[in-house]
Amino acid sequence: MTGNSNNTDSRDIKVDIHYLTRVEGHGNIVVDVKEGKLTRCEFQVIESPRFFESMLVDRCIWEAQHLTSRICGICACAHSLASIKAAEDALGIKPSEEVISLRKLLLHTEMMDSHILHVYFLVVPDLLGVKSVMQLIKTHKPLVEMALRMKRMSDYAGEVLAGRHIHPISYVIGGLTQMPSKKGLEKLYKLMLEARRDGDETVKIIKALKFPEFNRPTQYMSLTSEEEYAFYDGDLIINGGRRTKIRDYKKLLTEKVLDYSTAKISTIDNKPYTVGAISRFNNNYDKLNKKAKEVAKELGLKPPCHNPYLNTAIQLVEWVHCLEESIKMMEKILKNGLKEEKIVVASWPKRSQINTLKFMPDTGTGCVEAPRGSLFHQYSIDDTAHITAADCVIPTNQNIGNLEEDMRKIVPELLGTHTQEQITLDLEMLARAYDPCISCATHVLDVKFVNA
Amino acid sequence: MKKRSKPKVAFFDFTDCEGCQLQITNMGDTLLELTELFDIVNFREIMSEKSDDYDIAVVEGSISTDNDIKRIKGIRERAKILVAFGSCATIAGVNGIKNRAPLELARQRVYGDKADTVNTIKAMPLDEVVKVDYYILNCPPYVPEIIAVFKSILIGKPYPLPNYAVCVECKMNENVCRYEKDEECMGPVTRAGCNSWCINNGNRCYACRGLVENPAADGAKDIFLKYGFKAEDILKHFTLYNDPQGEKKYDREFK
Repeated sequence: MTGNSNNTDSRDIKVDIHYLTRVEGHGNIVVDVKEGKLTRCEFQVIESPRFFESMLVDRCIWEAQHLTSRICGICACAHSLASIKAAEDALGIKPSEEVISLRKLLLHTEMMDSHILHVYFLVVPDLLGVKSVMQLIKTHKPLVEMALRMKRMSDYAGEVLAGRHIHPISYVIGGLTQMPSKKGLEKLYKLMLEARRDGDETVKIIKALKFPEFNRPTQYMSLTSEEEYAFYDGDLIINGGRRTKIRDYKKLLTEKVLDYSTAKISTIDNKPYTVGAISRFNNNYDKLNKKAKEVAKELGLKPPCHNPYLNTAIQLVEWVHCLEESIKMMEKILKNGLKEEKIVVASWPKRSQINTLKFMPDTGTGCVEAPRGSLFHQYSIDDTAHITAADCVIPTNQNIGNLEEDMRKIVPELLGTHTQEQITLDLEMLARAYDPCISCATHVLDVKFVNA
Repeated sequence: MKKRSKPKVAFFDFTDCEGCQLQITNMGDTLLELTELFDIVNFREIMSEKSDDYDIAVVEGSISTDNDIKRIKGIRERAKILVAFGSCATIAGVNGIKNRAPLELARQRVYGDKADTVNTIKAMPLDEVVKVDYYILNCPPYVPEIIAVFKSILIGKPYPLPNYAVCVECKMNENVCRYEKDEECMGPVTRAGCNSWCINNGNRCYACRGLVENPAADGAKDIFLKYGFKAEDILKHFTLYNDPQGEKKYDREFK
């Protein structure tokens, strides 16, 4: 600590948060203020790099889903689905409608899982003025039990649909390796109906909490679709206007390597942009279901929302949307049943054929909305279906530039009225509001920048 | 009798996806029961509190930078018991794939002309750097095994890892053998203990638990022969999770 820290209008402030807690992965926040002027403002990702894109090279494309789901424990299903879509695009495989709706269901339940983890485990402790959910076990046990119950419901969904939620087993290229069990689906449906009450309770809790005031309009990017509130498919859209096809994402986004971070950052038109719940909400509000819109109203949220701290509240709106949509999907499944012949496939081509099959060398792109925003996988394959190049663009990489821009605006606003400790907490809360997934951000880096 | 104080547990993560810690948050009520038996003093993913005073360190992730080596040695010094948690920590897991290409190439591929700014060394399981007391295998860890290991720690007994192949559990679960379905499967050489999780769900075994100590190479070769393929066909799948073990032992046994 430097400067006059006992003085609220200190001219020199140094914030150095080493290993930011309650986020997924390892990051530091460094802010330097000298004589009242902001001289340095960085969100440093210090996660050890894992080189996934390099690891994918030379591997068989049927391994890609298994491997890339290991990029992230929280959004393993989103990684799996982006990977499967990219592989199917490269191989020219089209899954059945039944398979696509089961994928959408899995993605909805992962959205709920991740959002509830973020709301209760990572953000609510700040708003209640405690250090972690562990302290709440003593003081707010029913609340913790409710959070765990909500978490358990969506985790159980992964178990029923895909064998498990973290690193799903049965979702593969072309379909599922196994039918979800009827008994499991029935239990899941029951848990979902029960979760409505916990959802209502959570809305009350979030409504009573006070989020910091801060506004900075930016570029909001997400998928969009005429048919639904887009998570699984659609076109890319920015601020409700400009549209881009998924396969042209590289024309839209520019990535660069920073010398203080092991994560790359992305820009659009040389300007930062943001992805995630707030962007989806701003672009696709009209497509939210009735219950979700009611909750948005209850929480005083309407598009366009320019306060990044409210991302957490919007996640709750999405949680409600996903629950209601999942209940609808489950009712359809339980009423009509699932047709095994349209769903079940082998995880790989036959062993006796795989070495003799010839494929068309091609490049495939897959994009889904992960809980934290648009997630891209792109693979090029050769005629033996082995990967020759891979590119993955992760939501957090797309958000880091925007987070830093927010920090650059917020620090001068707080100087003079806030102590160094308050500024530090506000910046931590801001970073957490983005729900950064730093593991993802570094675990996948880019292969396309090989200087061949 | 005087009530003993609860052992202090600290969770740490190195190079990995943090899915292991998340498995803990997915334990629901069992997590609450766990907090009655142990004091969780460090869990960065969900806690801001930090403490250097702990009895048990549960560590996930591989060692893959110079700083990682320093950090894990510090943790080892402070902890009475060190638990390697998950595939990355126990066998280097998928991180080991990185070791197959020259590090320089991996850096180039990912960071281009900024390659020099990135520190990376070969990905290693924890026990290549420090002594490990308990192993919780699997990617992600299998909850019944997490509970079994914690029980062993509480009563101060070692936790013996099964030393037979996944096939044993798979047969008990009455799955159709993947080889009968003209698919490859790592079950015959992989250490059991996951209750053949992936095969029960229609997929194949990818060997995320590491390999049995004695793979009965001759017997396995007979099986391979029966289904018409060579040991090399299965050796190439070792590289997904088992780079260190594969090179040390299995190449010799099977080639």
